[in-house]
Amino acid sequence: MSGWMLIDVALFAILLCSGIAIAKIRQLFAVAMLSGIFSLTSACIFVMQDAVDVAFTEAAVGAGMTTVLLLGALALTRTREKLTPTARSVPALLVALTTGALLVHASGDLPAFGIEDSPVQTHPVTERYLVSSVEEIGVPNVVTSVLASYRGYDTFGEVVVIFTAAVAVLMLLGQRAPREVRERAAPMRDRQRVLRVIAKLLIPFILLFGLYVQFHGDYGPGGGFQAGVIFAAGVVLYALVFGLDAARAAVPMRALRPLLAAGVLLYGGVGVATLLLGGAFLDYDLLAAEDPVAGQHLGILLVELGVGITVTSAMIMLFYGFAGRGIGRGVGRS
Amino acid sequence: MLLAATLGLLVAMLLALARAVFGPTLYDRILAVNSFGTKTVLFIAVVGFLAGRPHFLDIALVYALINFIGTVAVLKLSHYGEFGASASGEHGDDL
Amino acid sequence: MSLLQSILQITADLALGAGVLLVLTGAAGLHRLSEFFMRTHAASITDSAGAGLVILGLLLRSEEFATALRLLLILLFLLFTSPTASHALAQAALGDGLKPRTGKPHARDGAQTP
Repeated sequence: MSGWMLIDVALFAILLCSGIAIAKIRQLFAVAMLSGIFSLTSACIFVMQDAVDVAFTEAAVGAGMTTVLLLGALALTRTREKLTPTARSVPALLVALTTGALLVHASGDLPAFGIEDSPVQTHPVTERYLVSSVEEIGVPNVVTSVLASYRGYDTFGEVVVIFTAAVAVLMLLGQRAPREVRERAAPMRDRQRVLRVIAKLLIPFILLFGLYVQFHGDYGPGGGFQAGVIFAAGVVLYALVFGLDAARAAVPMRALRPLLAAGVLLYGGVGVATLLLGGAFLDYDLLAAEDPVAGQHLGILLVELGVGITVTSAMIMLFYGFAGRGIGRGVGRS
Repeated sequence: MLLAATLGLLVAMLLALARAVFGPTLYDRILAVNSFGTKTVLFIAVVGFLAGRPHFLDIALVYALINFIGTVAVLKLSHYGEFGASASGEHGDDL
Repeated sequence: MSLLQSILQITADLALGAGVLLVLTGAAGLHRLSEFFMRTHAASITDSAGAGLVILGLLLRSEEFATALRLLLILLFLLFTSPTASHALAQAALGDGLKPRTGKPHARDGAQTP
């Protein structure tokens, strides 16, 4: 077994163990932490597969925001999982096994790993994306050029989906923190002074790093989605350490609501602008007179910015929605 | 050498995972997950060098920052049962 | 390879190896030590010395300034966040009533409250 394969085997073993642990353990705080480990291991596996942007998003979203939101949901419900009665678990097992068997059977139709005449190697789209994109768009990170330019319509759909999700959460959870929580909130006291100081040091770096990821997405892993999550994570850290009220004063809902829409509008606005300039929706070539490559750069910049703004606002809104509603259970040990 | 370092880090990650599964108290589990996160950062950095791709370091950097937030969140939740409030007078000066 | 380069290579390998050994020691400590507060000591070995040596080993191998800068930033953030998290965790555990086991090493009279 070569070294790489050994690493892959070990990573999958960790994944399997944490998956089994998540299924068996019924103490839900532990399950939330273990799902963080699961996401981290998935990010490592993506790194081994050379899928850098995916790994980036998985690390930022799966291990950071999802853990926080899962814990926020746990605050609203019981922390020990109820055991499913056997009468229901047997049919569930049969359904899971059947679906798994069908998937394994279907995977037999996939081309063998790495052969020369698989569709990925021979289809002209691959040539277009990997080779022609250098002349047409001129952005080193092919993932960004595919995401923002060649498949711009899909990404527009994704941004609208995120917008819709945030709106749905707002409608379900409400926008205002319950009054008892607001009265009790106060910043952390001296016993956690170290935490406060370190958080104060870290938050500007996190926000700065979010900006870096946003604009460096053309040259390295990154882009709007990852940057939005990182930016939101900075605000979440502020809320956790200094109290939700301080965070809601610094980043108020009345700013987040228009920002959420502004991102989508920016993205759509670029498309409308290209329509008005005489081309197709989201045809960035027309954005800069006589220089299509510069037009592509400008288009990708604006579009990713729109994505980043919407994702940031959506994540912060989700956090506010969950954070304001705990029932104050107090000490939860083990 | 880099390969051996990667495998060593993987073994350490497995050990941390075991502690996260078995740890009798919640705090053992949080400690184990935090430790797992640090080891992941180191793993991604070493694998980046092994594969000759310095871009992996951006991912390690992100994770070094985000790991902290998960830990703080779970501490806050297990202590107060919610995210909104912080230490008020009668709870004492804790998290 | 010139003498300087071979010295750098050997130092880098040594630092990396020592760092990974310390990380493994910390992970083993999570198992061998029998109580939560003792395990925070083990975790701190990983966070400070283990991470520092591993990143030093990688720094000595890096060829571009950008890579070295990123490695230094990773080290900086790890040094800031991991010990703080352990500290906050220990404070929270103390505040919850978890007591560290104190007294002579051979006393086995049920002094720990889990």
